[in-house]
Amino acid sequence: MKTNPFQRFGAHSIAIIACLIMIIPIYLIVVNSFKSSVQSSSMGVDLPTEFHLENFTAVIDKGKLVQSFFNSVLYATASTILGTFFAAMAAFVLSRHRSRLNQVVYFFIIMGIALPMNYFTLTKVMQITHLIDTKLGIIILYAATQIPFGVFLIYSFVGSIPREIDEAAIIDGCGPVALFVQIFLPLAAPVLATTGILSFLGAWNEFLLPLYYLNNSANWPMTLSVYNFFGQYQASWNLVSADILLTILPVVVLYIFTQRFILSGLTTGAVKG
Amino acid sequence: MKLRTHYPYYFVLGALVLYVVFYVIPAISGIAYSFTDWNSFTTDVNFVGLDNFATIFSSSGNYLHYIGNTLVFTSATILLKTVLGLGLALLLNEAVKRFVNVYRALIFLPAILPTLGVALIFGSILNPAEGLLNVFFRSIGLDVLAKGWLVDPHLALLSVVGVDTWKGVGYIMVILLAGLQTIPKEYYEAAEVDGALARAKLVYITLPLMMPTIIVVTVLNVLYGLRVFDIVYVLTHGGPGYVTEVLSTAIFREFSQGRYGLGTALSTVLFLIMIFVGYFVIRLLNSEPVEQ
Repeated sequence: MKTNPFQRFGAHSIAIIACLIMIIPIYLIVVNSFKSSVQSSSMGVDLPTEFHLENFTAVIDKGKLVQSFFNSVLYATASTILGTFFAAMAAFVLSRHRSRLNQVVYFFIIMGIALPMNYFTLTKVMQITHLIDTKLGIIILYAATQIPFGVFLIYSFVGSIPREIDEAAIIDGCGPVALFVQIFLPLAAPVLATTGILSFLGAWNEFLLPLYYLNNSANWPMTLSVYNFFGQYQASWNLVSADILLTILPVVVLYIFTQRFILSGLTTGAVKG
Repeated sequence: MKLRTHYPYYFVLGALVLYVVFYVIPAISGIAYSFTDWNSFTTDVNFVGLDNFATIFSSSGNYLHYIGNTLVFTSATILLKTVLGLGLALLLNEAVKRFVNVYRALIFLPAILPTLGVALIFGSILNPAEGLLNVFFRSIGLDVLAKGWLVDPHLALLSVVGVDTWKGVGYIMVILLAGLQTIPKEYYEAAEVDGALARAKLVYITLPLMMPTIIVVTVLNVLYGLRVFDIVYVLTHGGPGYVTEVLSTAIFREFSQGRYGLGTALSTVLFLIMIFVGYFVIRLLNSEPVEQ
């Protein structure tokens, strides 16, 4: 469509204002994380008058962030591998062999996208399986929450891989496991990357499940530690900002490098059936 | 070819077991427990019939108010995110030629941030005395707009809706933009030949063809809105008083106070609402796909 220079200038201005509104809170976190306690008390947009890098070391010390950081890495990585792998296995078979039973199972699983968890009876399940307040327990829980959407995303991708490839592999003597691992997984790499990245982000940002199921602070992920840290140091916005910055930094870095996968996954998941 | 041998059932087991054990069994047994007085103070669990539901739906308690808040939050965020998201998507799709990817990436950025961090920082921005928003309003002479965003009972829920829109509008915009890009350019060219104005093109071409995508984002917003927890819990804790309490924060409160039976009944109410919505979700996800 044709637009004149004035309209284009107006459109760019609106887009830039929208971007600024999205960036300002992040900018606030960054500049205030370097300020002194006094200068940061108003959380202003002014630049730091002097750089207090020791805010970060203070936060890491006081907030026990090293432990939490490794917990978060462990939870997000392990649950993503587990969840994506199981979702891929299920989606592969459910999509390739569309028997009546498999169709029912597929709908049953993706129903979970809408199903809310019942945290009370889930506590019982966690107690019975001895998973409550354990690292393994939270990994398994995260993986379980990733299954429905993962199956949905991967299922829609399996259909786009020609069946003839499977048939050729089977004729060459591939068993089901070899077919899945050697033929399917490499071909499904793009959708596995998307599912994996979305799962990882979801697990890294998760706050509710640890709040319910992790009492022992040695098991806390970053989100819970930051929340707890805020409770103790809410007057020191420089420290709180440094703390938040350390939590969002990995996510932002991941976003910068994997934007393509994230955006494609979200739009295929939502726009395409 | 024998499908069953090459695509064996046991491949589904891992996903199915995790899903059934941690989702379905708690959900189903939760319905049973919602008819009991299960709590953390005694080990006895007694059948109490519909007592918990009577408490929830009685006009004397606050629970109906929490359900109302959940519905208000859900509808308000749907409206704001869809209208703003569509506006931004149209802007990026039609009016702006360059830097589209940069704009899109920046507007989407808040969607991937942990809600916890977002809520903490907005707690400071919306601070009545020193918060950036009020400082900004005062600096341009609009002192009347400098409100007690999160502490004023009339504004608190709206402020939460506002912060949630800030975080979520980019996600909705990205999906709507993908939908817009599927509309063939020829339709607009034909309309232009016929002398259609921008408004006519929006009303007679864009909106009708965008309906499937708009329905999808609405569903996504409903699923998110009904379950919302993080943003409310960290921003206001359901306060001041209980004016911003929603179903999920109320459920967590029951959990921490040990009233499991009542909390499970609340979860069951949420469950039933979601099952109702979920039915339509599945119908939608499997309806005519919109081409990429």
